Amino acid sequence: MTSPSTKLKITNLHKRYGDNEVLKGVSLHAVAGDVIALIGSSGSGKSTLLRCINLLERPHEGRIEVAGEEIVLVQDKQGQLTAQNAQQLQRMRTKLAMVFQHFNLWSHMTVLENIIEAPVHVLGVSKEQAIHTARHYLQQVDLAGVEDRYPLHLSGGQQQRVAIARALAVEPEVMLFDEPTSALDPELVSEVLRVMTGLANEGRTMLVVTHEMGFAKEVANQLIFLHQGKIEEQGVPAEVLNSPKSERLAQFLSGSLK
Amino acid sequence: MKWDVIFQAENLALYGEGVVTTLGLLFSSLLVGGVLALFMAIALTERWKWLRLLVGAYTYVFRGTPLLIQVYLIYYGLGQLEWIQARWDEVWPWTYFKDPAFCAVLALSLNTAAYTAEMLAGAIRETNPGEIEAAQAFGMNHWQVMWSVTLPSAFRRTLPAYGNEVIMMLQTTSLASAVPSLIDLTSAASRVYAKFYLPFEAYLFAGLMYLLMTFALSGMFKLLERRYLAFLAPRSSNV
Repeated sequence: MTSPSTKLKITNLHKRYGDNEVLKGVSLHAVAGDVIALIGSSGSGKSTLLRCINLLERPHEGRIEVAGEEIVLVQDKQGQLTAQNAQQLQRMRTKLAMVFQHFNLWSHMTVLENIIEAPVHVLGVSKEQAIHTARHYLQQVDLAGVEDRYPLHLSGGQQQRVAIARALAVEPEVMLFDEPTSALDPELVSEVLRVMTGLANEGRTMLVVTHEMGFAKEVANQLIFLHQGKIEEQGVPAEVLNSPKSERLAQFLSGSLK
Repeated sequence: MKWDVIFQAENLALYGEGVVTTLGLLFSSLLVGGVLALFMAIALTERWKWLRLLVGAYTYVFRGTPLLIQVYLIYYGLGQLEWIQARWDEVWPWTYFKDPAFCAVLALSLNTAAYTAEMLAGAIRETNPGEIEAAQAFGMNHWQVMWSVTLPSAFRRTLPAYGNEVIMMLQTTSLASAVPSLIDLTSAASRVYAKFYLPFEAYLFAGLMYLLMTFALSGMFKLLERRYLAFLAPRSSNV
């Protein structure tokens, strides 16, 4: 029986592209307030893992449970798992709001329209309520003045903060961050990390794929090192990063293995 | 040059009738063709291969043959078929095929639908996949993604090319003059020429009318682009 504070439970996830198995049985467990940093070199499967959680990628095997509800999965024609019930999938996806590496804001909509789109059209929130909530979150990410601007007219850091506000607006159970600062200039990274730290301090449950070791050490309460599709090492960030038990992690941290 | 003839009341009235008919042909064919194009563009970009092939065959035929031939086939050609002849006096909707305006609008609509469908389909295909993924990640199903993200984005990006198409259609309506008894602007000019043997004045005046209408249309599209493509405008330094 899953404890009531478990927000996310992933069991034995497998994913392959053709013959290449990218996830070889990954399991993970997040309770309310957990901030889990997922690190690893390119090709280790960390982004794939994240994208399997909200079924943007279809795993071949495994179970996904969000806030106590398991997504019912069936095999499709290619042997991959897909959601059996479209409504359940839609519901699950709004509980797992995602922030993307390349922001993926809807460029033809203003900032405000971006943030209210999912609440109004997916969650059925009234437009006035959605606008009110949107302004609240824009304030929280420190972007109160830009609601009528178009995304392409904002800096990368601003766009990512809008994307974070957009994710917050659906009141998710778990927030998924896919390398949120990897596409940003170094000066803009800190403004985004500052917002994310604020969210963590608020007690939000976050799963963050990142290369920012500082964030992992200071803010995350759990660190998972993924190597070639398997969890190589896992634990409290300060301990794991300062005294890695596995050699591969040591090499990764020293930057010699990529 | 005998311009005073052109400016006689009854001749100006004829040109006036021509302008009204031309604009009528233009807007009806754009409306019908536009609606058809929307459905076809979606069909061209959906996941069912048979549908894409079917609609693709349609656009191939209608973009691959001259509009004039399409007009001739619909106006003259269909009238040769016994099956149609037996029905077009009484049976609805075949009665419409006796109407020259209907035949002209039909040909123009089918033609503009083909071009517009391919334009819109191209823009749909080019929609940023990241934006589509974000929409899916937020729980939108296929049609919600279409409605909220893909189509609004594609319409905006098609606007410049569509403006081009509309202006071209304006000039293309002159081919409707191939249908006798339909007095569009070019036919009006031809009548004035036939009556007074003033080819240069007659057609130049018509040409000027087309220029004025084109000016109005391109102005309208410029305004539409300024509004709907604002999101792509370069960042201004003082904002």
